[in-house]
Amino acid sequence: MHIFDILGPVMVGPSSSHTAGAVRIGYAAYKLLQEEPKEAEIYLHGSFAATGTGHGTDRGLIAGLLGMQPDDNRIPDSFQIAEKEGLSFSFAEKEIKAAHPNTALLCLTGKSGRKAEIQAASVGGGRILIQKLDGVELNVSLEKPTLIVHNLDRPGCVAKVAELLSDRKINIASMQLYRMSRNGTAIMALETDQPISEEAIHSLAHTDGILKVTFISMNT
Amino acid sequence: MAFSSLKEIMEYGEKSGLPFWEAVLLDDMEERNVSREASLEQMRYTWNAMLEASSSYEPKRKSASALTGGQGKQMEAYCEMYPPICGPFMGRVITEALKTAESNACMKRIVAAPTAGASGVLPAVLIPYYETCGTSEGTVLEAMYTAAGIGQVIALRASISGAAGGCQAEIGSASAMAAGALVHLRGGSALQISHAAAMALKNLLGLVCDPVAGLVEIPCVKRNVIGAVNAISSADMALAGIESRIPPDQVIDAMRAVGDKMDSTLKETGMGGLAATPAGMEIVQKLQRG
Ligand code: SF4
Repeated sequence: MHIFDILGPVMVGPSSSHTAGAVRIGYAAYKLLQEEPKEAEIYLHGSFAATGTGHGTDRGLIAGLLGMQPDDNRIPDSFQIAEKEGLSFSFAEKEIKAAHPNTALLCLTGKSGRKAEIQAASVGGGRILIQKLDGVELNVSLEKPTLIVHNLDRPGCVAKVAELLSDRKINIASMQLYRMSRNGTAIMALETDQPISEEAIHSLAHTDGILKVTFISMNT
Repeated sequence: MAFSSLKEIMEYGEKSGLPFWEAVLLDDMEERNVSREASLEQMRYTWNAMLEASSSYEPKRKSASALTGGQGKQMEAYCEMYPPICGPFMGRVITEALKTAESNACMKRIVAAPTAGASGVLPAVLIPYYETCGTSEGTVLEAMYTAAGIGQVIALRASISGAAGGCQAEIGSASAMAAGALVHLRGGSALQISHAAAMALKNLLGLVCDPVAGLVEIPCVKRNVIGAVNAISSADMALAGIESRIPPDQVIDAMRAVGDKMDSTLKETGMGGLAATPAGMEIVQKLQRG
């Protein structure tokens, strides 16, 4: 842990796991949807379900979906802001098998009709893990800028992505591969040392076998 | 690489001739690959966030459960009306601890130090000292590096999470950090800083995490007060030359061992201690009824 994990984060209270972590989950989900959400069906599991209201977990998740960061003073008013911005939402409790106690499942529809389903856990100190994306199990922390690529599960896709990045002098810090089932879809999650340009994302998205490309940097 | 013991920080200082806080600063520059100015700037931002949390305190605001709010103001009014038993400085410390901890419970912006639950401890000693003892901002920032260095070692050797180590890991760690910071503000040595931290942690060893209804309110808000007050007495002892008979790093290791032995009902589950009292359970039922 670096010193600003000890003196920090600067955040809206009361709990780094139940409030700040919830905001970050909402924010990550908003980024993964790639547009402003219009509808959000949210399911809370475990301690998020049991003590979420008292900790502002619900308000935090909505704040994140609206693009707020954990230090945003408007978090307590996120429900009213959502109403003004045309985001309708619902909350329900749900037992999710083998999930971390602080888990939320978000089913989102964007303003242009895009859909995304994200299951994420708040694992302490405001840190989060994305554990399921559109039905594919993964394990992504988003601590570093992360590129998420949905692709067809067939030979050559990984090599193409790696080549395109190396051509642009982008260093891959880590790479994880996940698949739904053979010949179905797969997801690549790559942490990079350098930011990725619009151009690179565009080229990637138009590569054969690549279905969708999302670049997430949690601090912007 | 972060320091793995307080002793290591002290030895580094002896070799390089640098004070405790600067060893922590240099380590941060290396670890995050940032310039001295960038690191200091981030610390200044953190300090300003603490000041703002205090100055934007709203006495009428209540937490979502309606259990928390207004006591910072109540303490302040008392201190203005009667000289508090503990003296005016300590009166301000208690007031500040309550204010920040209440603001946290009321969904206002605070600085987790090292956690949101314990966010009142460090500002409760730094702000009154800054405002009444004529210290410069620069010295306060140095004190914050001192605190962060202590917290980092505790996080590495033991824990700073109530769920993992009980409240000794949150309020105890915050108190140790604040004690070290105060010794720096008073111009104490690296050795005195370590012993102040050790004594502060020792005095809160075994403290359990038992929040009523699982919320960061009861007993958390008032525990910030004991964290701050304990930091001051520990810093004064260290400045007087009193040492912890158990070496500081061994105190931290003992905190971990105690945390490991602590029953899970006493580690943030809201099932033991004050949370399990009849009054605590009654609050749970009331909240469930809505
Ligand atoms: S009782 Fe638990 S939640 Fe409250 S301050 Fe202590 S460690 Fe944090």
